[in-house]
Parts: sequence; C-alpha cells; structure tokens
Amino acid sequence: MSLVIHNLHARVAGGQEILRGLNLEVQKGSVHAIMGPNGSGKSTLSKVISGHPDYEVTSGEVLLDGVDVLAMEPDARARAGLFLAFQYPVEIPGVSNANFIRAALQARLKDGEELDAVDYYGDLYKEMDKLEIPRTFTSRSVNEGFSGGEKKRNEVLQMAMLKPAYAILDETDSGLDIDALKVVAAGVNALRSPSVGMLVITHYQRLLDYIAPDVVHVLVGGRIVRSAGPELAYELESKGYDWIKETLTEDAHAVELASV
Amino acid sequence: MSTEVISQIDVDRTRGDFSYPEQHTFDAGTGLTHGTVDYIADVKQEPDWIREFRHKALDVFLSKPMPTHWASKDLENIVFDNIRYYLANSQRPTRSWDEVPDDVKRTFERLGIPEQERKFLAGVEAQFDSEAVYSNMKKALGDEGVIFVGSTEGLKEHPEIFKKWFGKVIPTGDNKFSALNSAVFSGGSFIYVPPGVKVKHPLQAYFRINAENFGQFERTLIIADEGSEVMYMEGCTAPKFETATLHSAVVELVAMKGAKIQYVTVQNWSANVFNLVTKRAIAHEEAEVKWIDCNIGSRLTMKYPGVVLKGRKARGEVLSIALANNGQHQDTGAKMIHAADETTSNVISKSISIGHGRSTYRGQVHIPRHLKGCKNNTECDALLINSTSRTDTYPAITVRGSRNSVQHEASVSQVSAEQIFYMQQRGLSEAQAMSLSVNGFVNDLVREFPMEYSVELKRLIDLEMEGSVG
Ligand SMILES: Nc1ncnc2c1ncn2[C@@H]1O[C@H](COP(=O)(O)OP(=O)(O)O)[C@@H](O)[C@H]1O
Ligand SMILES: [Mg+2]
Repeated sequence: MSLVIHNLHARVAGGQEILRGLNLEVQKGSVHAIMGPNGSGKSTLSKVISGHPDYEVTSGEVLLDGVDVLAMEPDARARAGLFLAFQYPVEIPGVSNANFIRAALQARLKDGEELDAVDYYGDLYKEMDKLEIPRTFTSRSVNEGFSGGEKKRNEVLQMAMLKPAYAILDETDSGLDIDALKVVAAGVNALRSPSVGMLVITHYQRLLDYIAPDVVHVLVGGRIVRSAGPELAYELESKGYDWIKETLTEDAHAVELASV
Repeated sequence: MSTEVISQIDVDRTRGDFSYPEQHTFDAGTGLTHGTVDYIADVKQEPDWIREFRHKALDVFLSKPMPTHWASKDLENIVFDNIRYYLANSQRPTRSWDEVPDDVKRTFERLGIPEQERKFLAGVEAQFDSEAVYSNMKKALGDEGVIFVGSTEGLKEHPEIFKKWFGKVIPTGDNKFSALNSAVFSGGSFIYVPPGVKVKHPLQAYFRINAENFGQFERTLIIADEGSEVMYMEGCTAPKFETATLHSAVVELVAMKGAKIQYVTVQNWSANVFNLVTKRAIAHEEAEVKWIDCNIGSRLTMKYPGVVLKGRKARGEVLSIALANNGQHQDTGAKMIHAADETTSNVISKSISIGHGRSTYRGQVHIPRHLKGCKNNTECDALLINSTSRTDTYPAITVRGSRNSVQHEASVSQVSAEQIFYMQQRGLSEAQAMSLSVNGFVNDLVREFPMEYSVELKRLIDLEMEGSVG
C-alpha cells in the first residue's frame, strides 16, 4: 500500500516542463520529507498529484494504492483518500468553516446517508481544541481574514477531520512562529499511524525537528536528486542548497563526460 | 435547520422539466387581435367594463414600441403572432384536489403543492396554463372575512373592492407588457385582508405553464386593509420547449395604513421562457411592503418590483436574488418612489452570473425635494463564476433636497478557479463547490426569507449548478 509517483513529467499547460521525470514512493505508515530550493517544483508536485487544472501531465503515473489517479477529477482523488495541505490556503467568502468541513465529509457518504450533526460537532470541537483553534472559527468564512498561522492550523484541522490515507503538507511550517509550529506539528504527529502515508514538503530543516521523517528527499529542477535518512536534512541545513546544486553540476558533468 | 422541513419540501421537484400531453377545451388560437380579447371575455363571461378595459389595453399594447432603446434586443425575438393567449379546460377552479383532472393533479403533486398545503400553508391557488384548476383556503380565514380567489372570481364577486384598486397601482400604459397583460390577463389571485386581520400562515400561488408556444398572463391584486398582515408566496415552473414561451404578469399590492404585505417569489423557469413581469405596491401611512424575489432560470427576465411610499413613515423593501446561467439574462432591480415624509426604503440585490449568463441591475430611487426625513439604502452585489459572465449595474438614484439620506454600495466578486480547486481537493464536486460558493454569497439575504423558501432556494441553486457543469 503506497503512493507511487513514476517518471512524472508535467508542465503548465503549453509551457516549460517543471517536473522532469520524478520518482517517489510513500508507503502507508511512513513519513517522507521533500526539501528543495524555491522554484524547484515542490508545490507543482503537490498540485499535479491532486489534479490542479493548470498543469498538464505529459508522461508518467501517479498510483494511489495501485490505482492510477491521473484521469480522475480532483474531488474523486480526494475522496479516494488524498489530502493536500496547501502552501497558500484559499479564502472562501460566505462559506463557514464548519459548513465547509461538514460538506466535505457529507460528500464522502453514500447517496441518502446523512452526517450526524451532533457527532460531527463533537469531533470538530475535539480536533479544534487539540490545535488550539478558538470555537469562533466554526462560523467564520473559510480562511477569510485568518492570519498565516491560523490558515495553516485550519489546514491541519481539515486533515484531521477528513482522515486521508495519504496527506501532502506543502510548507505547512512557513509563516509559523515557534509556538504555532509546535502546535501544528503535534497535530500532524497525532495523525501519524500505520494507515496514513505523509509527504511533508518544507524549505527548512526546522520542521523536521518536530515531525521526524523516515526518509528525506531533495528535489531540484523537477527531479528527486538525493534520498536518504533524516541525517540528509541536517546536512542540507548546514551546507545549504548550493552544495547539492554543486554536486549535481559535477554529476551532470560526469554524465556528459561518460557519454562522450 | 430541522430535517422535518427538508423532507416536506424535498418531494420530486427536479426543475419541473416535464409536461403532459395537452387537451384544451378552450383555446383562443394563435396570435393576438381584438377577436382574441372578445374570445377571452366571452369564455370568462365577464362584465362589460372589463371587456372594454381589455380592448383599450390592446390598443395601447399595439401602439407602444418595444423598450429596446434601453432593454435587451432579445425582446425583438418574441413573435407575438406565434403565441397562444388563452388555454384552459374550465373557468372554475375546484376546492378539492380530488376533483382536479388526474394529469393536472399529477403535475402539482410532482411539484409538491398539495403536500406543502397540508403542512404549512393557509391557502393555495394552483394555476395550469390560463386558469386556476384548484383554489382553496383554510375555513377559519374565510370566517374572518379574508378573500382569496382567482382574478375572475374577484372581479365578478367583489367588484366594490376590486374595481377600486384594479389597474390603479399599475396603469395599463405603464409599459408595453403591462398593457399586454391588461388585454389578455387570466388567472392570478385576488386577496383582501380585512382591517386588523393577521394571516399567520402564507397564502401560496403556483403558476405552471404546460403548453408550448403559450403565454401566461396572470393578474394579481392584493389589498391589505388597515393594520392587517399577509404573506403571499408564488412559485413558477415550465417544461423546457424548443420554442419561446411568454410569461407576463401584473401584480398590484395595496397596503393600507399600518398594514404589512410580504410577497415572496421563487421562480424556476426553464430556459425558453421570456419572463416580463410588472410588480408594484402602494404603501400608505406606516405600512410596510416587502418583496422577496428569487429569479432562477428563464431566457430573459425583466422585473423591477417597486413600492410607492405614499403615506408618512411607510417602508418598502426589495430583497432579490438573480441567477443567470449560460444563455440567460436576468435584468432585474427595484423601484422606490418616495412620496411622503419619513419614508424609508431598502434594496438589496444579489446577482450570480455563470458561464455566458448575464445579470443586470436596474434601480430607481426617487426622493423629491419637498420631502424630509426619507432614507434609502441600496446594495448591489454581483458574483461572477468564470470570466465570460457579464454584469451591469444601473442604480439610478435621484434624491433632491438636503433633508433626506441615501446610501449606496455595490460590489463585484468572482469565484476563482483556485477556490473551486481548493473545495474539490476536499472532496466536493465542481457543482457542489459552486453551490457552496453561491449559497455563501446569498446566505445573509436568505436568512431573511421564510424557512420553507430558503430550503427550496438552496435546492434550486444546487440543481442549477449541477446543470451548469453538465
Ligand atoms: N501555474 C504556474 N504558472 C506558471 N509558472 C508556474 C506555475 N506553477 C509553477 N510555476 C513555475 O514552476 C516552477 C516551480 O514552482 P513551484 O512548484 O511553486 O516551486 P516550489 O514550490 O518548489 O517553490 C517555478 O519556476 C514557477 O514559477
Ligand atoms: Mg511551494
């Protein structure tokens, strides 16, 4: 049981290729981290997996427990168990947070089945308490006027409520102060389980102090260029992304030489 | 929101897009002449004053140009010669659903009318093409002197009240379509509420078009006498035909001193209907008139409910929602004519345009110089779903003198692809995502609606969104 990304090539419809042959496998029960410099394609990867209409997949596969999801609508992928915590959560005026999450849960039920309102609010309040989200947020419009940190907590709240099989967290740490980071990380850690696979995207090693990954990948130029244990994150932190880029140019050079 | 209310509305009410074969005993034929008018007056066995009223109105209609200099050119596509102006099987509505012919009864059952009547209505009139097939009111109301009958019965049985107000709020020549209605009107309601009587439950009318190439011209007149209160709700549907159907009603309301009238419309016309309706109220001293108007569907709707604030401290309100889907044009608005001191008016209009749908707001607020202490608040919000939609706002506000105040706000917002994607990522289909956004947009307004109608409206929005994503 895993999320498999195989030789994925994608671009903005009609534009330059952003993902250039990306391979990755996240098993259920494991946490993988993806680190990479700005512009390397981390958010693009998360959006392509979840089916954002701006992107066009030119080749490759994305398999969710063996099922190719690339032909599926984004909502069908979500209902199949995929969750994306957005780097930039979207504001939805007029739609209350509680109604939104409720509608999302209702969408997962069979026709004719009705979500139990009492149970729902019970669960919602429990998860909000864990994330230290005030009750007033149930009636506020989704993400509207939320601070950066509140938006990120709201993403984790939705994840907790929707209970995905695979979750991608795109820079969930950015814009958080250390206290907020701890709360969010605790929220994410509480969701770690043998039945969930997580892909944690971050620019900084800091987050990985709180959410300890099993595997760390480095994404540069639309490809995974290094994969190793948690120690890779520390190496990157101390040596910087330029170090990886340099070793890459050396590699590329070596490849070029070899092919002559 | 209780589930009980949901289940009582949630009968089979999908778009109303079904029809039964027609078989009409009375058919005025195709096209409009003085002969058509005589046919209608003959069949309805009307008094001479109405026959004359109709003939004069036809002359006015024929002499008036189409208002295409300010309104949509699409009006030119109405072929008046191809329309049938009167279709009915009987001129007498029954008081019992059991006596309504089976196919007609089935139509209204599919629309959920008899069930709603049992659950929460004080009275129902159900019109099928040109005539009401059913009309009934709770006996207790009749005992209090409330009159709720069709327009024909009203003018024959209650001429002393009917004649006094009929055509006075909206004169024949108000516009081309009020003249048309005045010439060929049939059906609609006549309501009189005696002084001090407060009708607790709503009275409901349902207007159903079943026939193709047809025009429905109901005429409604509601008089709320001093200190009385009444709420009237109307629903409308038609099946989807290839050819154009015309619906052109005239609705006149009179709220006497201290009376309150609330008039709620939830129309769900199919996309071939030209819906050209004139609605106006007169509010006397301290009276209150509220129009709640939800325009969903139709090919072109032109409708600007108005209140003439005639007495001191009268209040007028228009709360409207218009949803223009692909190929539809909702040209709606409000008219507030202040004619006495300390009168107040409030207009809140929300429009939603989807795909190539087009929404237009036209307002008119008039406060003359000699008045004082008048207030108007106008708020127009537009929501666009995808970039090809179009919205226009023409809020003509003429306020003279310095002793009156007006406030006007307008906004345009957009449901972005990013919002839809975000909601889809949480598991909502594109249609559900759009519905949620639209419901969110109209939410604060819908809260003002009677509960039964807000549930119905939400359902119609859901259906409309499903239709729009194919
Ligand atoms: N919708 C888009 N339109 C145009 N360019 C895009 C779009 N999405 C991503 N890109 C480009 O693709 C590259 C990778 O972007 P992104 O995936 O956001 O990087 P990261 O998340 O790693 O910072 C960048 O050069 C970015 O400008
Ligand atoms: Mg990013």
